[in-house]
Amino acid sequence: MDSRSPLAIEASGLAKSFGETRAVCGVDLAVPSGTVYGFLGPNGAGKTTTIRMLATLLEPDEGTAYVLGHDVVREADAVRRRVSLTGQYASIDEELTGRENLILLGRLLGVSRPQAKARADELLEVFDLAEAAGRQVETYSGGMRRKLDIAGSIVVTPDLMFLDEPTTGLDPRSRNQVWKIIRTLVAQGTTALLTTQYLDEADQLANRIAVIDRGTVIAEGTSGELKASVGAGALHVRLRDAGRRTEGQEVLSRTLGVPVHPDSDAVALTASVSDPERVARALMELGRAGVGVAEFSLGQPSLDEVFFALTGRPAEETAARENENEEEDAA
Amino acid sequence: MTETMQVALTPRARPAPPGPLSASLTFGWRALLKIKHVPQQLFDVTMFPIMFTLLFTFLFGNALAGSTSAYAEFAIPGILVQTVAFITMYTGIALNTDISKGIFDRFRSLPIWRQSVLTGGLLADLFRYTFAALVVFVLGVALGFRPDNVIGVLIAFALMLVFALSLTTIWTIFGMTLRTPEAVMQASISILFPLVFLTNIWVSETTMPGWLQAIVKVNPVTRVVIAVRELMDGTVSATNIGWAILSCAVIIAVFAPITLHLYNRKLRS
Repeated sequence: MDSRSPLAIEASGLAKSFGETRAVCGVDLAVPSGTVYGFLGPNGAGKTTTIRMLATLLEPDEGTAYVLGHDVVREADAVRRRVSLTGQYASIDEELTGRENLILLGRLLGVSRPQAKARADELLEVFDLAEAAGRQVETYSGGMRRKLDIAGSIVVTPDLMFLDEPTTGLDPRSRNQVWKIIRTLVAQGTTALLTTQYLDEADQLANRIAVIDRGTVIAEGTSGELKASVGAGALHVRLRDAGRRTEGQEVLSRTLGVPVHPDSDAVALTASVSDPERVARALMELGRAGVGVAEFSLGQPSLDEVFFALTGRPAEETAARENENEEEDAA
Repeated sequence: MTETMQVALTPRARPAPPGPLSASLTFGWRALLKIKHVPQQLFDVTMFPIMFTLLFTFLFGNALAGSTSAYAEFAIPGILVQTVAFITMYTGIALNTDISKGIFDRFRSLPIWRQSVLTGGLLADLFRYTFAALVVFVLGVALGFRPDNVIGVLIAFALMLVFALSLTTIWTIFGMTLRTPEAVMQASISILFPLVFLTNIWVSETTMPGWLQAIVKVNPVTRVVIAVRELMDGTVSATNIGWAILSCAVIIAVFAPITLHLYNRKLRS
């Protein structure tokens, strides 16, 4: 597809500062063509800044990036011809109707007027927006805006899509629709770089995931690899009899091979586990030892747990601190 | 649903990016659509001039010129220039709104001639200026304004449009440097008011104290008003047309490079 490399995105040492704040400090990325690449991190981690550099909206202070084989600074025009960007805040014209927005984008991409109109109607239909097509966007709900925004970025099918938190603030139904659209596009050869705060979204969609924190990539791999490094999740067990908790704790920690902690709930035990099969065995061992289990659950690790495992501190805290910084900047 | 989606999302041939003219016209079309959807912005630009015209003509007309129609004869060319000058500030506000709402980023990510956002906006501005000027002109005629030279009127309109475009180079600077559309409006007004009122629009500068005359005479608005007056009543002099054009040229020479520099910087951050 291009002579330079089979990678859709190849970045090394990307860095960007805003005044004193180092928003991105040395990001390396290698995104294979035709895949979904997840960019996972809390608010203020540097996801959006990185995407803006790759989408030619922001010149990096340091480092280089090739998008579809083109340098994002020296060949920005060539990049812009083949990528599309869906921003974190729906970037559509609120005073125009949904249909007019799509025609506008079609015309700006070089589509003829009749074709732009036909394409607008086709996309409005697919995105369930046909009824609202003639209404000004300011009357749309958040989910409708987001869908229109994504429709706008595929008026001409891009070779690479940047999706900056495409489902933040969407209800589950709209979110599933957006996921389906992304999957369909990728199945037909488009590459997608997706930022998200939700581990399950990255898990559902992304072939590979980079975890970003404080402007650097702190882990990279398939979702399976990441989870293995974090642990499959948290095992919660509630026993029938509080009196046998110590015994249960001992059986579990022996079979699981990890520390098991008593909860504040007098019958509950928790452990961070990496191998679900061991959990099955451990539960059987409990039964064999005659320790009755009232209920158990094995949760997927949350972004918090990934963060905790990778950085030793919760994601929430990071996000809160970054927000404070942003407010300071604004003031 | 799935099948239509499959069809709609199937990649098709990528069209060649639009040329500068096509992109500018598309942005012009967008601005006209906004006028269609939010016609209030046309009321804003026409209500003020109508109010000013009626107020001043009836309030001062008899005292200043002996009759309202005689005063209209004197004041209407100046009110036309004032009207057009006031509307120019909406260009900076519109640019600021696009930037703060994020749609400017979308435009920047498109394969278009990057100045077309500005040039397209100016196309629609020309429509607005012409519209507002026509409203005042028709009102003026109803009040007794009788221009003597039709070609002069057309040239005067062209001169006013050139003047308006030169003023927009100032407001776009505010549009790109200030945080909110409201701040852009306040900054623009604080320059526009002295610029528009320290002129010979309402009374001849000969009635003013010497120091004020000096200010009024170097005000570019005054130079344009003199030229428009002369063009419309057929007493045109090359010197005064020259002064008007020079005033526009000076504004453009000073502010256009700043605006373009800021715009190019905005495109990269």
